[in-house]
Amino acid sequence: MSPGSHGTERAMVPPVQPRSYYGLPIVKRPAWTIEVPWYFFVGGATGALAATAMAARRSGQGRLARRARRMALLGSLVSPILLISDLGRPERFLNMLRVFRPTSPMSVGSWTLVGLGSALGAGEVAEQLGLPGFAVTGADTTAGVLGPILSTYTAVLIGNTANPIWRGARHLLPFVFAGSSLASAGAAVCVTSPVGDAQAGRRMVGWGTVLEQGAGLAMERKLGDLARPYREGRAGTLNRWQRFSSLAGSALVVTWGRRSRRAAVIGSALTLAGSAALRQSIYQAGFQSAEDPRYLVESQS
Amino acid sequence: MTAASPRQAAVPLPVWQAGGTRMGFFTDSSICIGCKACEVACKEWNGVPDRDPAWSGNSYDNTLRLGANSWRHVAFVERHHPDQGGGLQWLMSSDVCKHCTRAACLEVCPTGAIFRSEFGTVVVQEDICNGCGYCVSACPFGVIERRQDDGRAFKCTLCYDRLKVGETPACARACPTESIQFGPLDELRERARTRLEQVRQEPGHEQAQLYGADGSDGVGGFGAFFLLLDKPEVYGLPPAPTYRRSELATMWGMASAASMLILAGVVGSLRRQRR
Repeated sequence: MSPGSHGTERAMVPPVQPRSYYGLPIVKRPAWTIEVPWYFFVGGATGALAATAMAARRSGQGRLARRARRMALLGSLVSPILLISDLGRPERFLNMLRVFRPTSPMSVGSWTLVGLGSALGAGEVAEQLGLPGFAVTGADTTAGVLGPILSTYTAVLIGNTANPIWRGARHLLPFVFAGSSLASAGAAVCVTSPVGDAQAGRRMVGWGTVLEQGAGLAMERKLGDLARPYREGRAGTLNRWQRFSSLAGSALVVTWGRRSRRAAVIGSALTLAGSAALRQSIYQAGFQSAEDPRYLVESQS
Repeated sequence: MTAASPRQAAVPLPVWQAGGTRMGFFTDSSICIGCKACEVACKEWNGVPDRDPAWSGNSYDNTLRLGANSWRHVAFVERHHPDQGGGLQWLMSSDVCKHCTRAACLEVCPTGAIFRSEFGTVVVQEDICNGCGYCVSACPFGVIERRQDDGRAFKCTLCYDRLKVGETPACARACPTESIQFGPLDELRERARTRLEQVRQEPGHEQAQLYGADGSDGVGGFGAFFLLLDKPEVYGLPPAPTYRRSELATMWGMASAASMLILAGVVGSLRRQRR
């Protein structure tokens, strides 16, 4: 209030100059449910395991190839269940295959998942039926090429939104997801293989964790102030957990895990838990980032 | 629109791109009186569900935001201005889906449920939407939303059914001050530029600006644009909404590089184990 207009009365609060609309969110919170970050985790590991199966087949390690393919096949069966149960109209899940739309990462991902699952299934059937080697190798190679796409497209999917904390890190998220997928695939190999047979798995855990954590730190640095959700609230808690779990787990796997089966299993479990918690943290951060309009306005001013 | 690839050129262009008329809204907030007739008319015509009344405490706004069940939303901003009565200036503006030239919701929709109509508007086909929720996170304005008890995504259709028979959309028809104007987008843009010059002359309206009125912004211009009396964020609107296919292409490039790292990691880890 201007002092002159009301005699001796003086405003006791400073003049109102709104910076936002009552602090209400501008972009919407994600509509997705908890199945989605679980799918990011399962699908990520599935993709990297399919790549492992291909590489193992091509380097003549048939036992590892079979093991990796079966785990990937399991993952490619669990993935659609998670995805369909997240839909608002689950009975219409087949509409995902109604069109192929290159501008929609979700469309690209749906077709990739269908292709990958089919290739993995075909490889397994071909091997069970004792079909010629090229049939098995062909199927495994198809799956191995599609696998890494399945592991990383989910990062493109969330980067291609208006959510400040996802959009702001859109160039680094694929590397975080790639590292996390590689580490969890390695951990899955370590859990299912005897120590003497799991050298490849241990290396995947080591390199995967380096990429996952390195890209994760780069992502937080790149985001600057926008990264605050990764330090606060549920996303912050999950972020601290994933970092501890991934680092401790992979350290255990690559050291004592070389000699002790028990250490390898505990370390792998921690690595897998870390990878899952990382996806949960990134998912949760999307909610926290959307809820406070300051993040969006900051990112656009 | 961005340059279409040869593949897309095979698909017939919407009328407004092929030289037809793109229809839209010009919402002139300087003459909005906050009556909410647009909100009511929209709900009635489109059968948009209501909700139990609740008082927000945010001026006269109890709708609060656009969403699955509110396709028009009148914002009430109270701000200080020395030249206005009691030092308080009241800004009102009726928000709506922007029907973007580059519509993120449409581009990311994996089922093809969201389409570009012959009027250049962006419409959801309710018999196809499977409620994947991608459009909800993709919309730079937070407009489209999944309806809780229904599961599908809903937003303003720019009264597609009324346009089909040559009628004016319900909100524009109900607006008593013609704050909401409906018509061919080119004409509306022209009118808005003239109107902005007038409004800027008035005391207390120095910050007046057009929002989304040309193709230079991050979404290639809005099909429903605004004359605002303050910065967009004051009305709960994003200052620089953006959707570009080139950004998506760069992301795919990054994902390809990351995919190669997975392959390299796997192949490298398996090496030397061959004994």
